[in-house]
Amino acid sequence: MNKPQTSIFGSVYFVLMAIFLYLPIFILILFSFNDSTVLAFPLKGFTLDWYRQLGNARELLISARNSVWVGVLSSILAVALGSLAAIAMTKHHVPARNLFLSLASVPLVMPSIVLGVAMLVFFRKVLGLDLNMWLIAAAHVLISIPSTILIVMARLADFSANLEEAAMDLGANYWVTLIKVTLPISFPALVAAFLTAFTTSFDEYAMTTLITGTDTTLPVYLYSLLRFPRRLPVAVAMGSIIMIVSALLVVLAEWLRRWGTARTPKEERV
Amino acid sequence: MRDETSLNPPVSIKDGRGGIEKKLTGIPRKSQLALLVAPSALWLIILLVLPLITMIGLSFQKSAFGPGSDVFTFASYLNFWQNSAYQGLLGKSLWISLVVAVMSIVLAYPVAYFLAFHAGDKQGMLLNILIIPAWTSFLLRVLAWRLILGSNGLLNTFLIWLGVIQEPISGLFYSVNAVIITLVYIWIPFAALPIYVALLRIEPGLLEAASDLGARPWQGFFKVTLPLSIPGVLAAFLYVFIPTVGEYVTPALVGGPNGLMIGNIIWDQFMRGLDWPMGATLSLIVMLIVLLPLMFIAKAAQQTGLFGGKSE
Repeated sequence: MNKPQTSIFGSVYFVLMAIFLYLPIFILILFSFNDSTVLAFPLKGFTLDWYRQLGNARELLISARNSVWVGVLSSILAVALGSLAAIAMTKHHVPARNLFLSLASVPLVMPSIVLGVAMLVFFRKVLGLDLNMWLIAAAHVLISIPSTILIVMARLADFSANLEEAAMDLGANYWVTLIKVTLPISFPALVAAFLTAFTTSFDEYAMTTLITGTDTTLPVYLYSLLRFPRRLPVAVAMGSIIMIVSALLVVLAEWLRRWGTARTPKEERV
Repeated sequence: MRDETSLNPPVSIKDGRGGIEKKLTGIPRKSQLALLVAPSALWLIILLVLPLITMIGLSFQKSAFGPGSDVFTFASYLNFWQNSAYQGLLGKSLWISLVVAVMSIVLAYPVAYFLAFHAGDKQGMLLNILIIPAWTSFLLRVLAWRLILGSNGLLNTFLIWLGVIQEPISGLFYSVNAVIITLVYIWIPFAALPIYVALLRIEPGLLEAASDLGARPWQGFFKVTLPLSIPGVLAAFLYVFIPTVGEYVTPALVGGPNGLMIGNIIWDQFMRGLDWPMGATLSLIVMLIVLLPLMFIAKAAQQTGLFGGKSE
């Protein structure tokens, strides 16, 4: 496997696929500089107006701030919950382990609309709550639990229990060992899990819109803008910035994950 | 994944201080275990299990609120059984999902193959190039496809410029085809990842053995590589098929009236305040249709060790 032959067909195909995958993104970035309120070809001319107007687009900025708030809060919680569970799953004999893992992976395989509708009914009808951002954050924790558990489990399975045993032999109790040994060792995985959860939360629309009250997140606001095309170019400008920032975040998360599992044989990486 | 924990005899623990509880492996005190698992278990129960149970209850109600909410009825299920519009829409959603899943896999397989076997030390970088688009704004990427497929869109402009067509093709936008093209675009990176992982797991020795025994490269591919990558292909199928069945955002944005899917009707029932019990019934039917094949595949995988005996 470590003696790659060159494959002309493979390389050409990969380049074509990359063009296909990036073309829509470049088109959007192109339109964020287009001097026209209509998002259609042909292009009219170059402008930075949409980026200048960003500062005044109050609702857009508020929804972006909401999204950051929901994203940070839900990701921190998801990482905390997920990594505790991952420790239990990898380090201990947990009764009903498979049942728990199956249940925890359900959010991953459930269509967003079913999740959103079920939560809407539960929040409104059973609990009688008004929809708010705390509920959106709670729902985002749920959809990020599977990925955080998997990422942290993969990391914990990689290193031997020797370090923890040594700490305990030297007199550290269970929780001190977790905090002083296990936590630092799994740190790269925790950061990767956080970034994965944050990007998921930041981009979630299909489920979030069903449980959105008066305060909107960025994707929900962007969707509502589609009916008001005049304000769309500003949103596209913001979207371009976000796409570039999230691309950087993905590279960082991936780099951390790889760095974290660098010593793992390839077969065990997922 | 190592599974030493189950091999270790259970250690009886009474007092932490005496050093009985030496290892993090083995059974910790019940309270410790509860602290580790309970938060996420509670979260799953409150935000997933209870809402689903509520929805099952709602599907048997006459109405969501008011006096009708106490009446137990099969009306919504009967309605689904008798209404061919619902069934037709469900059938169309399943068909679209199937087409999207198969097309995504067919287009993603060569990429995964190239990454796994021919990318050399650039593997990590190329993999990143592949997955970055998947993490950028879903809505904006769907919006971009409106710009590409619209009648004044990039594709029509380009084809007219080439002289291939004289008039813009109007069937591209607001159609089932637009939904399929956009969704395939969205899912290709997700389809490529599990196939790539499955291909990485194939021992190179097997292919060498095949070629030593006189197999031509294409025979090696069809008799060794492809069968061994089936777990990845199945996983890719599920990754794409399951969310697509419930999809409603893409059809609403690029599908037009002909491109609507079952998710759009469910959305209408709830957000336009039409008929919550009917919406709950349709959601449950979608969920069952999606989860049954998943459970079937998971069971088959467990029995045959299809996924390489992974402990999950």
